[in-house]
Amino acid sequence: MVRPFEQVVADYGPMVLRVCRAVLGPVDAEDAWSETFLAALKAYPELPPDANVEAWLVTIAHRKAIDTTRARARHAIPMDSPPDRPSRDGVPGDGGTEVWDALARLPDKQRAAVAYHYVAGLPYKEIAAITGGSTDAARRAAADGMKALRGAYGEGGKS
Amino acid sequence: MSEQFLAGLSTMEDETIARLRARLAVTAERDGLLDVAYRTVDTPVGTLLLASTGQGLVRVAYDRHDEVLAALAEAVSPRILNAPDRLDSAARQLDEYFGGRRRRFELPLDLRLAKGFRRQVLSHLPEIAYGRTESYAEVARAAGSPRAVRAVGTACATNPLPVIIPCHRVIRSDGGYGAYVGGESVKKTLLLLEKA
Repeated sequence: MVRPFEQVVADYGPMVLRVCRAVLGPVDAEDAWSETFLAALKAYPELPPDANVEAWLVTIAHRKAIDTTRARARHAIPMDSPPDRPSRDGVPGDGGTEVWDALARLPDKQRAAVAYHYVAGLPYKEIAAITGGSTDAARRAAADGMKALRGAYGEGGKS
Repeated sequence: MSEQFLAGLSTMEDETIARLRARLAVTAERDGLLDVAYRTVDTPVGTLLLASTGQGLVRVAYDRHDEVLAALAEAVSPRILNAPDRLDSAARQLDEYFGGRRRRFELPLDLRLAKGFRRQVLSHLPEIAYGRTESYAEVARAAGSPRAVRAVGTACATNPLPVIIPCHRVIRSDGGYGAYVGGESVKKTLLLLEKA
């Protein structure tokens, strides 16, 4: 039976938002989420009934994140010294938002692997298909990324 | 998520998702990707589901809304979103109807879910004026098949647009209300509303 697309948004919208936030940070995440679901809506009638919807959505989100990152690079202005990190003041929270800064400091591959495995719950084989490279490389990237994140959190006490 | 610190990614999640879903509905409509828009409206006879294609109102349903949406995904398109804007005018006219301030609906209709003789029957029903009734036998005659009384009953029972296409105005020859897609007591409520 075909699921109405609204049901797909209800079932996976929160997961895709967490993935976009993990990969892009809270500000760009919203546009990436919108573009992901708009592209998914367009392609939805052609999706095979037995497709893995989570992996399909993460694949689209991954491509949108690459577009966003490239656009950022195009608009970046070269500077002598790195600017301060963007303020997170606009995002009220419980202090948990610092995870975005820690994720932003990871290399792209590690950040993607952490997001797609630990946030989206995809197996490493699926992640390798999305990011390229081997299953082992995806597993290593996720492990290295988590190690770096745990290290960052270890400094300021256990989260 | 297995690690506590990743929970920070869920900050303000419900509010953000609600906002993004509303935005998706608007963008999808703008880009011509919204094949079926739906919303619900609260009425004196329960919460009605309204669904519309680009052509017009395609479905009104009393209950089992999830099943109705799944059936629309099969019959029309799975590009379905909760997108109230397209149904503003239908919702307003229903509100006026239930408030006794409207006697006929002026809405574009999409009758693709009714085929053949059933569709012929449904096309006749709006000719039964507000506050009036016809028997199943009279409707069969008007639809050009005097002996198809049972088929008229089926057409009414499977009316994809109840209330809007007034199958509630078709009653038994002996004056009994007869069956109704929303239940016999709802049929009675609608007919009493129209008699008031």
